Amino acid sequence: MASLTTIGNELYTGERSLPVVGKRKLWMAVAVGVLILLALGTVIRGGFVFGIEFTGGSEFRVTGLSSASAEGAAEAVESVAPEAEARAVTLGSDTVRVQTDAVTEEQAAEMRAALADLYGVESGEVAFSFIGPSWGADVSQQALRALVVFLVLVSIVLAVYFRTWKMAVAALASLAFDLLVTAGVYGIVGFEVTPAAVIGFLTILGYSLYDTVVVFDKVRENTAPGTSGGLLDNINLAVNQTIVRSINTSIVATLPIASVLFIGALLLGAGTLRDISLALFIGTIVGTWSSIFVAAPVYAQLRQGDTIAEAKAKPAASERGAVV
Amino acid sequence: MAKARSKGARALIWLVVLIAGLIGVNFGAVQWGGGSWTPELALDLEGGTQIVLEPVVAEGASVSQEQLDQAVAIIRQRVDASGVSEAEITTQGGRNIVVALPGEPDQATMQRIQASAKMEFRPVLASAPANAPGTTPAPAETPAPSEPTATPESAWDQAWITPELFAEFEAFQCDAVDTTTVAPADQPFITCSTDGTARFILGPVTVEGADIADAQVAPATNSQGQATGGWAVNLELDGEGPAGFEATTRGITNLPEPQNQFAVVLDQTVLMPITSNVIITDGNAQIFGNFTQEAAQSLADQLRFGALPIGFQVQSNETISATLGADQLRAGLLAGLIGLVLVVVYSVFQYRALGLVVVLSLAIAAVLTYLVVTFLSSTEGYRLSLAGIAGLVISIGITADSFIVYFERIRDELREGKHLSSALETGWKRAFRTILVSDAVSFLAAVILFLLSVGNVRGFAYTLGITTFIDIVVVALFTHPLLRLLSRTRFFSQGHRLSGLDPQALGAVYRGRAKFREPVAAGKGVRSAGEAQRRQTIAERKAAMADATAKED
Repeated sequence: MASLTTIGNELYTGERSLPVVGKRKLWMAVAVGVLILLALGTVIRGGFVFGIEFTGGSEFRVTGLSSASAEGAAEAVESVAPEAEARAVTLGSDTVRVQTDAVTEEQAAEMRAALADLYGVESGEVAFSFIGPSWGADVSQQALRALVVFLVLVSIVLAVYFRTWKMAVAALASLAFDLLVTAGVYGIVGFEVTPAAVIGFLTILGYSLYDTVVVFDKVRENTAPGTSGGLLDNINLAVNQTIVRSINTSIVATLPIASVLFIGALLLGAGTLRDISLALFIGTIVGTWSSIFVAAPVYAQLRQGDTIAEAKAKPAASERGAVV
Repeated sequence: MAKARSKGARALIWLVVLIAGLIGVNFGAVQWGGGSWTPELALDLEGGTQIVLEPVVAEGASVSQEQLDQAVAIIRQRVDASGVSEAEITTQGGRNIVVALPGEPDQATMQRIQASAKMEFRPVLASAPANAPGTTPAPAETPAPSEPTATPESAWDQAWITPELFAEFEAFQCDAVDTTTVAPADQPFITCSTDGTARFILGPVTVEGADIADAQVAPATNSQGQATGGWAVNLELDGEGPAGFEATTRGITNLPEPQNQFAVVLDQTVLMPITSNVIITDGNAQIFGNFTQEAAQSLADQLRFGALPIGFQVQSNETISATLGADQLRAGLLAGLIGLVLVVVYSVFQYRALGLVVVLSLAIAAVLTYLVVTFLSSTEGYRLSLAGIAGLVISIGITADSFIVYFERIRDELREGKHLSSALETGWKRAFRTILVSDAVSFLAAVILFLLSVGNVRGFAYTLGITTFIDIVVVALFTHPLLRLLSRTRFFSQGHRLSGLDPQALGAVYRGRAKFREPVAAGKGVRSAGEAQRRQTIAERKAAMADATAKED
């Protein structure tokens, strides 16, 4: 039998236990430390790298090539205007895309000619378009609105479901951690922020909370009125009991994302698939960590000093007693 | 048990009914709705050009949905007029217009799309049916101009028609109308009706579109104010409008047809020639004819839109070759396949026979998703984009996650020493709550993303929302009922080593065949319960394990 199951058994009974709650201050310090490091790293590296959709710029596409290779394309374009910062990538098997900062009409015409020369096609076959900076701004502005509305609604849903605002706060803390760390990784590595990356970023919202809800559901059960034992002990046990499923759900969730990331990056190069899945990939992994090492410690901290409510004599209590 | 069986069977029957129903509606859409059995693909998978237009408005001014809808209608007319078929024109984020065209549009089409709508009123100087394309012009049906050499004194003066202009009019082919350039407002020009059935010589502009204050549909009334049963458009002018309109109606009302008409010109073509019956002095006119309510509404909309012409500028322009589209589609499908295989392998590794339940459940989810997406594509015009496919692939994980939550719950119950059948029911009750609230959160995220977002995000949020919903359906109507049925087989109920629900492997305290001791309150306050009890539990467990190993040997 897989050793994960055995570990799961031991975690379940409490035979083996991670001091998630006991060392909660340490875990929270780790979280804060990671955030500070990422923030510093991002600043030192020079902030976020925004895609052409956000900054505005010019884009050239050569399509219908028998074998697309971006080699030399950036140089060809920069030979016209060295300050244009050309970035050339292949898209699929027959398209090369070159993006630059905004250039003048004349420069664009020369660049088209240079690219046509390089690829041996007519100048007219090099598609040129100008991308206004407002496109990305529109997307991100809407995304920001979506984020705010989502956070408000989901806080209400969680507070109602768990019947305590403390869980909602802890869940949101871990969500914030996921978003900030993902953004920080983008900042520190210098991955390009594109509209597709923003989509992936927003999808972390649903994902991160999924994991936290699974953990908190067990916490709620273990600390329901009528259960015996110390509150913090019971929280710790609940987290440990759900670690195996957290790992399993995260692996299963990450596998398809990794597949999209791998195929997207390998077959298509830059583009929607890679950008969506990269943000999600980071987000899910961070989310697994945070539902255990951020959400639970924060919740325990908030409940410090509280005790489990006294049992009310009802049949449900006996059922619970038998289960846990 | 019998109850459980009938419940399980009933759920499966519901699922069959649901799938049959979905196949039925898809069949209906294919038979009668012009749908198809495969989802329509968006431009990034099919190849084509997507142009995002943003309105050019004064700082701080906003664009109403109504104006945007009108602009979409006008752009659609223009694109259709340019001969491009299957153009898809939608609004985005209550502000932008997205034009998706198959292939790569030529420069003329691009210009036509961007030109701003221009509405104006011009008096009709002459009119005739359109010349059939490619034929020699028909003989003159309009009287030859009487005073060709005099200087025109008014916009409706026949003196505008010079012999050259008239000759050009005679030979005029309607496909020569250029809607991209704007004819000078103070000059006459030749054009055709929007539907291409009639040609006109129009005088200079007498009323600008900007002077139209409002246009509303109303039941037509006669001079006594009684309803005639028809429909009319009430027109209200302001600014320079009333004066210009009064002068025009005063000038042309008593002229012979067609000179007593003025033309409503939109984008250089005549929307409709309107006969002036009465002199309008206050800028409030009623336009009536043989309108249906829809036709009247459409005219009113166009007049009103003409009152506020919005220009558009290109915000982004993306061309995707058909090859790149096919590449992206292939990559998306391949990623899905690999993701699926990985999830299946991992599930079987972790959950043994239960992994096969995961496979079957995912297969059902895939069937449901395909049917729903195809149906929405047939009826709602939904098009599957690359981001949408990414959403579908990523949802494999979310769907499988709910099975894991359920299985782990059952395992928890087994660890407590419960029988499989009761572990299944208790585990289900608790797992379903968790699944419901988790999916509710995911669904909320998808809905908000969909409602508040633009472009690609929508396609992604759409598939994510659909699959979240399907996840609940599958886990409730398939996975759980299937497990109920399976739990009655020897393989599962006796906890075969490969069933994934082996109580021994799960550390349940076992005392011989189908006899479990009362569960020790292991989880609940282990440490507070004291060392002694924990030791005992472990000892018992070890004994049980040894017992089990001996038996296997």
